[in-house]
Amino acid sequence: MCVCPGPRRIGLPVRTPSLPLFSDAMPAPTQLFFPLIRNCELSRIYGTACYCHHKHLCCSSPYQSRLRYTPHPAYATFCRPKENWWQYTQGRRYTSTPQKFYLTPPQVNSILKANEYSFKVPEFDGKNVSSILGFDSNQLPANAPIEDRRSAATCLQTRGMLLGVFDGHAGCACSQAVSERLFYYIAVSLLPHETLLEIENAVESGRALLPILQWHKHPNDYFSKEASKLYFNSLRTYWQELIDLNTGESTDIDVKEALINAFKRLDNDISLEAQVGDPNSFLNYLVLRVAFSGATACVAHVDGVDLHVANTGDSRAMLGVQEEDGSWSAVTLSNDHNAQNERELERLKLEHPKNEAKSVVKQDRLLGLLMPFRAFGDVKFKWSIDLQKRVIESGPDQLNDNEYTKFIPPNYHTPPYLTAEPEVTYHRLRPQDKFLVLATDGLWETMHRQDVVRIVGEYLTGMHHQQPIAVGGYKVTLGQMHGLLTERRAKMSAVFQDQNAATHLIRHAVGNNEFGAVDHERLSKMLSLPEELARMYRDDITIIVVQFNSHVVGAYQNQEQ
Amino acid sequence: MLYRLLSIVQRQRTSPGWQNWSSSRSSTSATEAHSVTLPAQAQVVICGGGIMGTSVAYHLSKMGWQDIVLLEQGRLAAGSTRFCAGILSTARHSSIEQKMADYSNKLYLQLEQETGIQTGYLRTGSISLAQTQDRLISLKRINSRLNVIGIPSEIISPKKVAELHPLLNVHDLVGAMHVPEDAVVSSPDVALALASAASQNGVQIYDRTSVLHVLIKKGQVTGVETDKGQIECQYFVNCAGQWAYELGLSNEEPVSIPLHACEHFYLLTRPWNTPLQSNTPTVVDADGRIYIRNWQGGILSGGFEKNPKPIFTEGKNQLEIQNLREDWDHFEPLLSSLLRRMPELETLEIMKLVNCPETFTPDMKCIMGESPVVQGYFVLAGMNSAGLSLGGGAGKYLAEWMVYGYPSENVWELDLQRFGALQSSRTFLRHRVMEVMPLMYDLKVPRWDFQTGRQLRTSPLYDRLDAQGARWMEKHGFERAKFFVPPNKDLLPLEQSKTFYKPDWFDIVESEVKCCKEAVCVIDMSSFTKFEITSTGDQALESLQYLFSNDLDVPVGHIVHTGMLNEDGGYENDCSIARLNRRSFFMISPTDQQVHCWAWLKKYMPKDSNLLLEDVTWKYTALNLIGPRAVDLLSELSYAPMTPDHFPTLFCKEMSVGYANGIRVMSMTHTGEPGFMLYIPIEYALHIYNEMMSVGQKYGIRNAGYYALRSLRIEKFFSFWGQDLNALTTPLECGGESRVKLEKGIDFIGRDALLQQKQNGVYKRLAMFILDDHDTDVDFWPWWGEPIYRNGQYAGKTTSSAYSYTLERHVCLGYVHNFSEDSGEEQVVTTDFINRGEYEIDIAGQRFQAKAKLYPITSYFTHKRRKDDVELSDFHGK
Repeated sequence: MCVCPGPRRIGLPVRTPSLPLFSDAMPAPTQLFFPLIRNCELSRIYGTACYCHHKHLCCSSPYQSRLRYTPHPAYATFCRPKENWWQYTQGRRYTSTPQKFYLTPPQVNSILKANEYSFKVPEFDGKNVSSILGFDSNQLPANAPIEDRRSAATCLQTRGMLLGVFDGHAGCACSQAVSERLFYYIAVSLLPHETLLEIENAVESGRALLPILQWHKHPNDYFSKEASKLYFNSLRTYWQELIDLNTGESTDIDVKEALINAFKRLDNDISLEAQVGDPNSFLNYLVLRVAFSGATACVAHVDGVDLHVANTGDSRAMLGVQEEDGSWSAVTLSNDHNAQNERELERLKLEHPKNEAKSVVKQDRLLGLLMPFRAFGDVKFKWSIDLQKRVIESGPDQLNDNEYTKFIPPNYHTPPYLTAEPEVTYHRLRPQDKFLVLATDGLWETMHRQDVVRIVGEYLTGMHHQQPIAVGGYKVTLGQMHGLLTERRAKMSAVFQDQNAATHLIRHAVGNNEFGAVDHERLSKMLSLPEELARMYRDDITIIVVQFNSHVVGAYQNQEQ
Repeated sequence: MLYRLLSIVQRQRTSPGWQNWSSSRSSTSATEAHSVTLPAQAQVVICGGGIMGTSVAYHLSKMGWQDIVLLEQGRLAAGSTRFCAGILSTARHSSIEQKMADYSNKLYLQLEQETGIQTGYLRTGSISLAQTQDRLISLKRINSRLNVIGIPSEIISPKKVAELHPLLNVHDLVGAMHVPEDAVVSSPDVALALASAASQNGVQIYDRTSVLHVLIKKGQVTGVETDKGQIECQYFVNCAGQWAYELGLSNEEPVSIPLHACEHFYLLTRPWNTPLQSNTPTVVDADGRIYIRNWQGGILSGGFEKNPKPIFTEGKNQLEIQNLREDWDHFEPLLSSLLRRMPELETLEIMKLVNCPETFTPDMKCIMGESPVVQGYFVLAGMNSAGLSLGGGAGKYLAEWMVYGYPSENVWELDLQRFGALQSSRTFLRHRVMEVMPLMYDLKVPRWDFQTGRQLRTSPLYDRLDAQGARWMEKHGFERAKFFVPPNKDLLPLEQSKTFYKPDWFDIVESEVKCCKEAVCVIDMSSFTKFEITSTGDQALESLQYLFSNDLDVPVGHIVHTGMLNEDGGYENDCSIARLNRRSFFMISPTDQQVHCWAWLKKYMPKDSNLLLEDVTWKYTALNLIGPRAVDLLSELSYAPMTPDHFPTLFCKEMSVGYANGIRVMSMTHTGEPGFMLYIPIEYALHIYNEMMSVGQKYGIRNAGYYALRSLRIEKFFSFWGQDLNALTTPLECGGESRVKLEKGIDFIGRDALLQQKQNGVYKRLAMFILDDHDTDVDFWPWWGEPIYRNGQYAGKTTSSAYSYTLERHVCLGYVHNFSEDSGEEQVVTTDFINRGEYEIDIAGQRFQAKAKLYPITSYFTHKRRKDDVELSDFHGK
């Protein structure tokens, strides 16, 4: 997973019990996010680390606290960091590490750019008639392997483009499954009855299927081959039901409804597949891993000037608006589903009996464990205890031996506690809406939304930011002009070190110093952390920056008028 | 657009010293009457009052045509002509452009005297700088070509450059070319002078009159619709510059004129403290991408940047016209380059950065000639920012074309008909000109292929061949494999592969040629133009007998090589025709003949509904099986005997190959090697190719490309239309007597001319030259256009060349003339004259001895001998 050989060579005393890096930077053991698969090996390393940090948190006894909700470090996998760890690292002096280590700027770039991807909506005959110019996306892993996923695709049978970021927890199985499946569910939900029939007939008679989505994927974004058949069958059942349900009356498809249905249906299918199991042992284990891990999703559907954002969990969609004076302001298009959201707290309390009012959210976590209040998967928070036990017992040994899966959340009385139902926001694009940033909480917890929008905005308009020079009447010599132009070019190339807005944003998120400028030394430090440590300093970051076509948006607006 | 530019002009005029615009304008006020009504009819209507339109009008009127109307939508000389930098340079890469520029130079020189209008003509000379050895080679090639057409020029040292131009930094130069007779001139004044002279000769000029579209009936121009009424006319000339494309499309029957504009910038400065001498030479620093001329005591400098800004993709666009302003950030690389070349300019004060769009074409050559679809519709446009240099000559050639039927020089490389309709997409043009404009100052090396606008027309085997390492070139939009890179071999990256010396693919092509000689190769030749001519009666045969020089009344199944000649006996096309049955013929022509040959046939074939001409190029994939084992392979694939007894050469038969039926197999290979051409309906192409490759394994089959084909063809003295043959060469001049049957009983087109020529003798003769003392590894390679010297006297130019792996020598084809030593007049060239000469070929200034041959060296190729046995003398004496 490590993108560059550099960090491996780092001289940090990783396996010594007294880690100077940890002692002041680590607020809570709950920051340790490990994939299930690697639990055993990593727990050996971090057992000590967790131990000393509980002391730091002034828990009466580290042992007790472990019993309370982290009987094994692996349980941390489904917990989100409570505090903004960034605050703890903000003022840190890294020179306390025994050896100095620097990445060169090209090394830093190769790390930052390893996962970058850009898509430009193709021009037809010199014109782009889409309201989207294109998008840039990128990921910076902190977990190994990364638990974030991203997806982007163009709907081929309906209009519009789908973009989404998915933040997995307790492993990447669920976020991976959601990233490859959700858009198909959405696309199918959006399809008119006739097209569904056509597709069903094609499948029935073995003809070639109409392509539904055109994916825009980075080579590292993979689809699981083994499960494709299983996934396809579930999807087919879904559209068959849609066909059966159709009464032939309403032909208008409501995007909002379609998004909600797709989210719920996919979560339901994930849950069902795990309950039914699969004769193939690999698949059987896979569907269980998907169901027992979790993922949040933030998906945007853009069709002309109609922008829908469906959000489940604590990723965020932020609109970059350029005011008339050229300044940038941020418009939030999604609500975080976590303890900071009053309405979510309210909802949870209403959904469960009064006597659970205190236990349903504890220490800003669902049942004292889970940070996001809505998510895919996470059947531990959805299934009844009976069902969980039955599935685990009949499941493969790997599952049975895993303490995490067997662990039942405390105060688990009236499941389900968790839902994948998204909150859908609609926004009608205006010419001043220049771009949309979709990002997982890894970005939002390090940067203020206003800074995010400003940095992207200035990046995207960098080229036009400088007023063109006109000689008009002034006495200018060739030499003066040359000096001026060289200066301007130097300024520009600094902005254009990144060809990708998402990369640019990550560079700032990870490398910003107190003054909001990228500090190479800091960047180098942050990126050269060994993979086992990276998670303590930052979360996985996934960003998609969608750029809108103001001309087209403006034209839509004029048409309406 | 023009009004907009005009307003800029008017503002310009207020600034002191902007050329001599006002003075010259008053003298042409006669041509500027406004409220005059247009004539109802005219012989010729010319659209465009820039240098092209006025030059055509001038020359037509000089040649005696009277009834000419010139229409200009704004004011005369107000478009690109207005903003032309005014540099007249004869240092051009192709001979035809050199000749046009030379003529322009002479024309402009005497124009002031002829018309009394000041043109600002000043003979400053020009210096083309070379920063690299490769650039110097390129200049040397131009130099040796300039010298043989009588334009003085020389290669000079950096020291000499410093003497000629005091401000130049010469430290990074390796040399330069000095052309002392190059000039600067005010191009709007030239256009006005031409207009004034034309007007005196009776040409009627109307400005502020826009052509809306051209009226066409039955494929013939009948008139012009303008915003001030209609004019009936026989001929229409589109000289609309960057609007020529739009104008061409505005007709009911659109005429595709592939050109596209890019923004072009140049800088004007205020005068130097001690103003620059007015005769300071113009400087072209191609490696620095800039040109510099003196201007009003200061300098004018522009260039062709690497990242051009195409404009007007969607046609005239007010928004884009308004946005046409100075873009200093864009100009910065050129400014840096300028200051590096002339560091002292730092203190010079800027006057203005001019943004004047220039028009470019897909192959960097201008467009002239008659539309293939509309008779009487002529075009002269797309000057690739050389409008002033080429204007005079181009106008003259086009006028000759209209008056005499063809120009006095071969202009095929400028002919509108070299393009197909497929090159007219706006997207294609936009992308291509972005490549063409930087190429203006890029190094021009042999075998350069355009990188944009590719993969447009492909054979069904494209992917298969590509996967096997094919490297592609493009002809007429069609992708053709040059050669196949073996899996373990790497070639240089594109930029580094540019060379005047031995290319990196040498060994690859050698192995392909060897395979053609010893085993069997397959070459995909699907790009060739293929027509079918059928009729219900004998009309097909009759019209073909009239159109073609050879006797086509042959038994069914025979193939005839024949020329398609014009009235003067010159080749309009050179093709192979197979008689499929009594009433049906299959015609194979070079790839770029698709438009031209079609237009020619349409023009001369009787309008008979029983006669059907069909373009079947896209219906067949053509595979060329070359090599001694082709016979074995094909008989195994078809279970039919393919030996010469059963399948004589130049024979055509439909047969089954593999599982597929109806494959046209022809026993010819276009190279003189044994083998077959297979014309395969495209749906069978993949099948047959796969069969060939799998069955052919035991015969040692492999893929080969066009470079191998070219080498094989040229060493056998197979001349090729478009390179060696053109409208001004007759079969008698290039050893094509066997392809002419003067006595076939039909007075075919060009017969009279050939009869006369047979009687009087020929004035030039195509010969094959074998370079004797040329070291393939260290010397420059020949390309084409190299001067040929006979007994030390210039005798002609080469037309194509290739390395012959069999002879282990370079072979060039080229024409030998017999210029009289006293008068320079052309005299008859006899076989004796050819044979008695001592020849040298001048490659970039270096002369190599060559042996001339009039016929291929058959003895060597027919007898298979071991290399060691062959003495050079063996193939010297034929």
